[in-house]
Amino acid sequence: MKQHYQLAVIGAGPAGLAAATVAAEQGIEVAVFDGQVAPGGQIYRAMESIPQHRGSQLGDEYQRGRELVSAFRASSAKYFPETQVWSLNGRREIGLLLQGQAHTVTADQVVICSGAIERPVPFPGWTLPGVMNAGAGQILFKAHGIVPDDGVVLAGSGPLLLLLAWQYLHAGVSVKALLDVTPMINHLYALPRLPRALLAGHYLTKGMQYKRDLKRAGISTLHNVRSLRAQGKDALQSVSFLHRGREQNLETAVLLVHFGVIPHTQLGRVAGCRHVWDESQLCWRPQLDEWGRTSVAGILVAGDGGGIGGARSAEHAGRLAALQALYALGTLDRATRQRLARNDRKWMREESHIRPFLEAFFRIADDMLQVADDDTLVCRCEEVSAGQIRAAVADGHRDSNQVKFLTRCGMGPCQGRQCAEAVSHIVADASGKALQDIGHYRQRPPVNPLTLGQLAGLHSEKTE
Amino acid sequence: MKADVLIVGGGLMGFSTALHLAMRDTRCIVLDKGSPGRHASGVNAGGLRQLNRHPAEIPLSVVAADMWRHIRELVDSDCDTRFPGQVRVAENEAELGRLEKRAALTRSLGYQHEEIIGPDELYALVPALAPHCIGALICRSDGYGRPFHALDAFRRKARSLGVYYQADTRVDAVRQDGDEWRLSTLQGEFRAPVLVNCAGAWANHIAAMLGEPVPLKPGAPMMMVTERLPHFIDPVLGAAGHKLSFKQMQNGTLLIGGAHMAELDLLQERTEINWQKLALSARSVMTLFPQLKDVRIVRTWAGLEAFMPDNIPVIGASVTASSAYHAFGFSAHGFQLSPVVGRILSQLILDGTSELPIDPFRIDRFASSGRCA
Amino acid sequence: MFKRLDNPAQNSVNVTINGQPVQVPEGETVAAAVLVHGLPYTRTTPVSGAPRAPFCLMGVCFECLMVIDGIANQRACMVQVREGMRIECQQGVGELLS
Repeated sequence: MKQHYQLAVIGAGPAGLAAATVAAEQGIEVAVFDGQVAPGGQIYRAMESIPQHRGSQLGDEYQRGRELVSAFRASSAKYFPETQVWSLNGRREIGLLLQGQAHTVTADQVVICSGAIERPVPFPGWTLPGVMNAGAGQILFKAHGIVPDDGVVLAGSGPLLLLLAWQYLHAGVSVKALLDVTPMINHLYALPRLPRALLAGHYLTKGMQYKRDLKRAGISTLHNVRSLRAQGKDALQSVSFLHRGREQNLETAVLLVHFGVIPHTQLGRVAGCRHVWDESQLCWRPQLDEWGRTSVAGILVAGDGGGIGGARSAEHAGRLAALQALYALGTLDRATRQRLARNDRKWMREESHIRPFLEAFFRIADDMLQVADDDTLVCRCEEVSAGQIRAAVADGHRDSNQVKFLTRCGMGPCQGRQCAEAVSHIVADASGKALQDIGHYRQRPPVNPLTLGQLAGLHSEKTE
Repeated sequence: MKADVLIVGGGLMGFSTALHLAMRDTRCIVLDKGSPGRHASGVNAGGLRQLNRHPAEIPLSVVAADMWRHIRELVDSDCDTRFPGQVRVAENEAELGRLEKRAALTRSLGYQHEEIIGPDELYALVPALAPHCIGALICRSDGYGRPFHALDAFRRKARSLGVYYQADTRVDAVRQDGDEWRLSTLQGEFRAPVLVNCAGAWANHIAAMLGEPVPLKPGAPMMMVTERLPHFIDPVLGAAGHKLSFKQMQNGTLLIGGAHMAELDLLQERTEINWQKLALSARSVMTLFPQLKDVRIVRTWAGLEAFMPDNIPVIGASVTASSAYHAFGFSAHGFQLSPVVGRILSQLILDGTSELPIDPFRIDRFASSGRCA
Repeated sequence: MFKRLDNPAQNSVNVTINGQPVQVPEGETVAAAVLVHGLPYTRTTPVSGAPRAPFCLMGVCFECLMVIDGIANQRACMVQVREGMRIECQQGVGELLS
């Protein structure tokens, strides 16, 4: 590994692969650091190794990744798989862990392509073994051909939930029920956004086809489900919920939940990039310009990590960020940058038509985001409940960081990834302040595991 | 807005001063440019250490230690304090010699809290320690607390006694009008006959407004905390040969400091970890506890603190202005002193004198060695 | 709880899960392997001792912390199985090796 690269791309999903490929084509030195064993990110995970028949069960959107991965493989970009990035700072110094050895390297330009994580929405029982994210179910399916073996229940809201149900259907997995928690009122809010969404009608058509297929297969889909609750002593035994005013109970050992996705912002925040609250997407995201530039010089964000746009959009954003990096490095002049960006900009615009509709249609109900039940654990790591957070607010602690100091919420191993959004919502609701003012946890490195021994053995040119 | 005393800085020193004044029926306003305990007060290592103090600090530290042991009587909370002692280990004869000299110095000043222990007692106290150490300096009554919880307790108690606190209020200008101090802020003017500067890393700005600039240097000592571990050590541990402060908290996490400094952007109030330097702390830990090599670091951070050239604070009255007082520049070891410093200031303000010797902390001690702002 | 769709035709490796010998397809993550194996939980929390199991499988939730080859706090979803690997549930804060 070299000590310095012209461009460092962090993440090998659609944005990172596209960015690295475009930049490498221009002859600059590109390094791609990614935690997975193979390129593709979560969306195109296991693209190179998946058996043909399972690939087709995943649908044609998944197949799109093949081209992206092979173009990247053919490029001169230096690829570092199984490499954990544990730090990034304003001087563009990147902390890496490669085969147990910690390194720091620097880069002139850094493109963060950290992708999305599933929105953590705490609800009663969500910490029980047997409750998992729908994305986790999909990863098991894609990467390992592993599926629930008996009557899985899917619950939540958003396109991924529908897609997973459809993929399971095609793989012959028995789905006991799909519980849709999307509030009915969303239809009303989404309606004005429908005409624009029709410009990207293929997504709507696809969604409708999935629904039709599920219905034809007799999979029970319940809409407007409320008061979702996972139950069991030491592991999940059943799921209870309210549907049409009636409390229902389904026995199951596996509940897969999904409440949409949000940007994975850890690295950008630790680097000091300014973040803003996005009310439509209900998440924190980095403040970016049209090229993906953050508030920190030389650090860009592309793809879902900069705001949710989906896999196709991420690819375009990756290329745009690479063009900007090439321009900043002096490899491209301004006119060439503009010219090469034209198509990606156009396609990105087309991709964006569907978003406002999806965001309104699948918006999670406030009482879920604000974790109405006091006993529900918000911080899975430190086991801090919604009630404890509300008590801290009542006690005069009016922002996320003070709540964190006082309750240890967000101080565990996941570094607040699973509770930050919920804490923002709870504190905003309880204090009557705007989410933007509640703020996000100040992110502390390392954002990925690093041991005392690894830090002690830190290798970098400066110490030699 | 008007009161008897205006205190700039909502950290531990500010709230401790306000609390002691309020206990004697004095009305205080505490202003902070951010949130309470945002910097050094909230994020320091929480050491309650008399061990190896600067001789000038010993009288204060010894009284403070007693106040911490009875801290519940003062602030209705134990601030999560524990008193397992603090040790400073020696890894060779030269280091042990230095520690012995130190213990003799403390004794010669008339204090008994520091003593030398040999390897047998050291390993009985810290069985997990690597086997090469040969002795240690120990203060058995030392310990630690949880800084943000302490800050919160001081703040609550002060407020319950009528102290008015306002966050997000930066002091833009200070002027004395007759017998009255006037502080201008964007949130309006605050007035009182007495002014106290507890502004931490920004205290030199307030001092400069009073016409007595000080060579304060802001710094950000780096800290790290690990995942929770099984209980394996009681005392807080330092080492004669390493910049290290090492303790296991009640919840099992290890808190590791070492006064290695982060990169600092004072304007943005941002600190950035210097990994090469923090690696030195990790190496110190590996030397003393090699069995911890696979222990995960969960967080690192650096709190903003004021350092003075001689590493002891400024405590006392202004020499240029009347009815103005300072308490700042604790140089990364102020947490333990905070209860007594508040009491000293309250005595200076209300009685005109303090029970403890504070002459070494005069603000004009730097005047001869050249001034800087 | 979980099953493999295809019979593992590819190479497999031998690991132990809580001491029990198990054959696992090469390339599988530890988290996937223990889910198929049917472990009821992968760790208990250091705070209340509650049982937990893999949740996100993409390295962000830190729920699947296990003791792998004697080293505690490993994210099972980010580690691939290797021949001879010892996989164990993590109890609370785990143990310190000396």
